[in-house]
Amino acid sequence: MAEATIPILEMKNAGKIYAQGARRIEALRGANLRVKKGEFICLIGASGCGKSTLLRMAAGFEAATSGEALMWDVPIAGPGPSRGMVFQDYGLFPWLSVRDNIGFGPKSRGRTKAEIRDTTERFIELVGLQNFADVHPHQLSGGMKQRVAIARALALQPTVLLMDEPFGALDAITRQRLQIELNRIVAQTDVTLLFVTHSIEEALVLGDRIVVLGNAPSTVLEVVDVTDLGGPESVEYSQMRGRLRGLLAVDQEEGEVEDHGGLD
Amino acid sequence: MAASTSAPAIARPRAIGWARLPAWLRYTVIAALLVVVWHLYAVHKGPLVMATPWQSVQALWDGWRDGNLAHATWTTLRLLFEGIAIGIVVAAVLVAFATLSKFGEDLLAFLTAVLNPLPGVAILPLAMLIFGLNETALRFVLANATVWPLAIAVSTGFKTTNPTLVAVGRNIGLRRVRVITDILAPAALPYAVAGLKTAWAFGWRTIIAAELVFGVAGAKGGVGNYINDARLNLLPPKMFAALLVIAVLGVVFEALFGLLERRTVIRWGMKTS
Repeated sequence: MAEATIPILEMKNAGKIYAQGARRIEALRGANLRVKKGEFICLIGASGCGKSTLLRMAAGFEAATSGEALMWDVPIAGPGPSRGMVFQDYGLFPWLSVRDNIGFGPKSRGRTKAEIRDTTERFIELVGLQNFADVHPHQLSGGMKQRVAIARALALQPTVLLMDEPFGALDAITRQRLQIELNRIVAQTDVTLLFVTHSIEEALVLGDRIVVLGNAPSTVLEVVDVTDLGGPESVEYSQMRGRLRGLLAVDQEEGEVEDHGGLD
Repeated sequence: MAASTSAPAIARPRAIGWARLPAWLRYTVIAALLVVVWHLYAVHKGPLVMATPWQSVQALWDGWRDGNLAHATWTTLRLLFEGIAIGIVVAAVLVAFATLSKFGEDLLAFLTAVLNPLPGVAILPLAMLIFGLNETALRFVLANATVWPLAIAVSTGFKTTNPTLVAVGRNIGLRRVRVITDILAPAALPYAVAGLKTAWAFGWRTIIAAELVFGVAGAKGGVGNYINDARLNLLPPKMFAALLVIAVLGVVFEALFGLLERRTVIRWGMKTS
């Protein structure tokens, strides 16, 4: 049972400094994180706090400038299909139909025609887009586009799905509907999730564990387990919400104080 | 009042008289007016300088029937297609190279900066010295005239491709060459079609001009050569017949590009019509 003990993803004291000419911007400092199989982890923090950087490191788009980013205990060398990624702006291919967008991954990986067809059909069904399989993305609403993007990422059967504020551009109603959908999809596929959001509510509704990041250069402030939390009406839920708000707000104030100091 | 519902944002004068006529009738009237002006001017100038519209149509009919004009047209189009095809291949290689390496990027930037502003036909004398008085010289000139607008357009398309699309490709595990062929190339299609339109227009002007020069040099050739021959033989109707062919082909190809765009980039929402 090695799988149970080794985390799928692990960040060990991971830091990231971007160099822009002479300027050096520290986005992340000493972040520690362990993602175990089957977990739904939400990364939460204010805008620009480095949560996307952490996610992009997990995806392999960015390399850590200090510390380590590991998958199955092996350093992440670059992007790969075992870590499917879903982006806020969908990233659908406008020249392909919904069906071909979802089939793009399997096709690129050289699967057989029958395999591609079966996988594609299965995931079109999973996200409920049977009636839209042959339209092009520009004809879809934002919520539908994100469903396609999720199906496309899942079509390569990734070990972990990385989602970068996937519902951030959607209206409240669509967002809520997709949160419910995502929970259903996760239950049906056993995929592990690392989900970036800046919404406390979203993190509480979706996550098993919530990882709170502080302001830049940010690090993991706290990891809270919300598996056994009751519904939004329960006392525990509102207590937890209050606690998370407190964590994020307090940190924000400190950040502002620091900013003033920097200006002086 | 029905007209006001479809009025554009900028208020136009209320449709009266002319504007109320159907489009086909408006354009037919304009064409008829121009034909009348043409006829009057031709009669005024005399048959050694100008052909009347009717003489031109007759010459067009005769030229097409005896095969000379058709052959000239085909020669021009064939050379143009060959030149553009070479231009497309070279542009594709240059842009791919520019995407894969910094040196390639610099090379492309330098070449386009220097060679794109150069009128295509300007290098014809050089091409004639290098290749001789043959079609290869024309192909070379045409390829040069088309490769730069194409390369600029496609490389702009590559550079403006939404980075998320590239990220999706890398996430799936595509390597750099596959990212170019499977993602950047289709994503740049609106630019590629626009570049092709420009390349076509550049190439069309270049080959007619080049053939005029070749005509002087005495080579057998296309529509430009046909026009020059007509001038030398004092046959204005033939000249006008060739001009009509060039104008009609221009309109036809413009329509074909429009069709291509509607079938692809407009249908896919990558370009608004």
